[in-house]
Amino acid sequence: MASTLLHATRRQLLVTGGALFAWSYLPRFARAADARDPRFITIILRGALDGLGAVPPVGDPAYAALHGPIALSLTGDTPALPLDGFFALHPSMTNLARLYGARQATIVHATATAYRDRSHFDGQDVLESGYAGAGRTDSGWLNRAVSVLPKGERVASRGKALGVGPATPLILRGGAPVTGWTPSTLPAVQDDLEQRLLALYREQDKALATVLTESLDIEKIAQREAGGMRPVGGNVIEAMRTPARGAAKLLAADDGPRIAALAYDGWDTHANEGGATGRLAQLVAGLDAAIAEFETGLGPAWKDTVVVAITEFGRTAKVNGTTGTDHGTGTVAFLAGGALAGGKMVADWPGLRDEQLFEKRDLKATTDLRAVLKGLLVDHLNIGTAQIEGVFPDSISAKPLRGLIA
Amino acid sequence: MAANNSAQQALVALNRFGFGARGGNSGDLAAAASDPRGFVLAELTNPRSTLLENPILRSTDALLSELYGLQQQERTYRLAVNQQTANATANAQASNGQIASEPTETPATPPPAPLPPQPNFNVITERFRAEALARIQRTHAPACGFVERLVTFWSNHFCISAIKGPGVRITAGAFEREAIRPHVLGHFADLLRAVEQHPAMLFYLDNAQSIGPNSRAGQNGKRGLNENLAREIMELHTLGVDGGYTQADVTSFARIITGWTVVGPAARLGTPGTFTFNANAHEPGDHTLLQKTYAEGGVTQGEQALTDLARHPSTAKFIATKLVRHFIADDPPPALVDKLAKVFRDSDGDLKAVSTALVSDPLAWSTPLTKIRSPYEFLVASSRLFARTPDQPQRYLGSLALMGAPLWQPPGPNGFADTNFAWATPNGMKARLEISNQIAKRLGNLTDPQEALDAAAGAAASADLKQTIGRAESREQAIALVLMSPEFQRR
Repeated sequence: MASTLLHATRRQLLVTGGALFAWSYLPRFARAADARDPRFITIILRGALDGLGAVPPVGDPAYAALHGPIALSLTGDTPALPLDGFFALHPSMTNLARLYGARQATIVHATATAYRDRSHFDGQDVLESGYAGAGRTDSGWLNRAVSVLPKGERVASRGKALGVGPATPLILRGGAPVTGWTPSTLPAVQDDLEQRLLALYREQDKALATVLTESLDIEKIAQREAGGMRPVGGNVIEAMRTPARGAAKLLAADDGPRIAALAYDGWDTHANEGGATGRLAQLVAGLDAAIAEFETGLGPAWKDTVVVAITEFGRTAKVNGTTGTDHGTGTVAFLAGGALAGGKMVADWPGLRDEQLFEKRDLKATTDLRAVLKGLLVDHLNIGTAQIEGVFPDSISAKPLRGLIA
Repeated sequence: MAANNSAQQALVALNRFGFGARGGNSGDLAAAASDPRGFVLAELTNPRSTLLENPILRSTDALLSELYGLQQQERTYRLAVNQQTANATANAQASNGQIASEPTETPATPPPAPLPPQPNFNVITERFRAEALARIQRTHAPACGFVERLVTFWSNHFCISAIKGPGVRITAGAFEREAIRPHVLGHFADLLRAVEQHPAMLFYLDNAQSIGPNSRAGQNGKRGLNENLAREIMELHTLGVDGGYTQADVTSFARIITGWTVVGPAARLGTPGTFTFNANAHEPGDHTLLQKTYAEGGVTQGEQALTDLARHPSTAKFIATKLVRHFIADDPPPALVDKLAKVFRDSDGDLKAVSTALVSDPLAWSTPLTKIRSPYEFLVASSRLFARTPDQPQRYLGSLALMGAPLWQPPGPNGFADTNFAWATPNGMKARLEISNQIAKRLGNLTDPQEALDAAAGAAASADLKQTIGRAESREQAIALVLMSPEFQRR
């Protein structure tokens, strides 16, 4: 790898990992005795999150030019929030920045699953199934993780794993029993779906395009008149907050579930992605609000909690002709929770120069996302290192990343 | 291009005439493509294909007897409550008097008798839901669904509304099973008589209470003639509003069908909950309708009048127009209307012949698919596509209400509208989009939208749609887009 300097300086976790490992191993015996009661929440971001937009590598000299008009910087009206001097955080993610400062958030950058093509559907299957390639959808890794939880620990004896939403996502499907919950006020249709449908109607069916346009205009007025009180339509942040708030209450309950999964759509920012403000800003603000809801709602249990937000792949490093980004490879994963040894970036930074990009277009993935997830499951949920290989089959090269948990 | 054409013809067969292709391994689209007309007409060969036979569903008289029982229970209960209140008041007054004059000893008040059980009116909703579920499930069985489409057409033509009251609500499904289904491929005159003599219709359009002013029951002058059913039979069921009848005809016809009513709980005129002719309520004498005089003759007087209305040329034209508007286009091609009207007249209203003529006409296959699916058609097509036969009706019923088409509950006796103007509205499409979104979310990310698109439209899917589906950010989004696509919404 050409960027040896960055390469070395970005290996923070790998440098300190060994020490953390030793430190975190011993207290686990004590924790089992003092009734540690961990929570584990997985948030799937469907559509492929632009990691370079959410966690801009402001220290990389190639970044600003590549991301063009939607690049973030540490200066200007809405500056990005500094993390470690090299990376910054999107200005809409103020809660995550606070948690990062309190060592309760970790951000993994330049990460991806083993999937290297660019189909959302297959990418999401790989992300959720935990298999090494597309085509296996019989069970998800979180379900298999539930089935190998160590007996006798609280996490295994509490309620079934919880799927938030009308259907159980693939990540939670499989042999272990799961339960489901959905907010009683169903989230309205995403703007993105409406816009795609409108584009289709404009090509194919002018009459329906007219009707749909009128419907969207009326909805805008309704939103405005409702004063943003209804968690529907245009109010992305509220729509993302609501299921998190409900799920947090369930997870906080003494007899409630300990493991949950939910998914947020809308991350496929091909056009008008926006920078400090705009569409991606709304989405990351919604994710930030959801994390804050988990923190608030879990109360004292937050100290035993890990929330991980993952996406199927990243987006092109270079902005496209419609001020957006196309399907890519490496991206970020967000970790938050009181159980983390947080306040750090985990990144083996590959660089953004043309020849450093994957296929000369995407941020290269240098950290296997499965290693991160395996590390969390082993250290947070006490799943054995032998069992974890069954949770993520054919991932032996992606060794559990230890030291993420305090 | 040939493959594309046959795919387009398969869409005509499945969507214009049926309830859309079933997904999975049904092979509906391929079967329809290989012989589009034969695919549609195959369902007409089995006369029993129109029936809905389900042992858990009850007959109208059983349902109405159940309702009568509940109403009797309600009366008994109220009486007991009133009696108890009266007793309590009387006791209180008596003891008040005693306290004032005689403070020593008061006789113990006897404990009130236990109240009789309260009626469980939820039964009405349970019966309604069972009927709704059976009807929805029935739409999943046939390959094309043309017969089920005909059932919904005729059910809307001869609509009743459950909102009228418990008598109609509890029998709404039985009405369709008993009066409509057996005659959908039979003769219009038989269909007409079965409908107009069904208790649900007699309740809905008030004929059950209509009394001839000069009948024995009319002598006391408390109740009188109700023209509602007579008017709607002519305006909506047979001749059409411009079919050549006058107000005098309406009044006269109303007199002719006085006495057409429903047997009550006392069973004076037959089995409770069945149709009966109550001679005491019938307006005596000969009556003239459309320049023809019908001699005094009990129930046959009205039956003869109905038969003549069924044979009237205006009826043939009216029915032909509605059929073509429903299946082909909002502005029905006059040539096709004339042709169907002729078949109707020449065959004495043979609905199988008329339906066959509709499907056999080249215009039915060349007219573009411009009509938007009704809310019911849309929901049924969606669940057929994903092979999800519902086992609970509530979600379906809720979705239909959200889209403005609550089952068996049209806004008026003219039924639900049958044009794009009624359904392709901003709030209507918004509701469809939200429902599509929910269906997609329930299916989750394991359903392959490409397979769904192939099953629903095959080679007839536009390049734009294929590209939109391919680029969707998730399977759920792609499924919602398939459901909302013009290929799926138009028929």
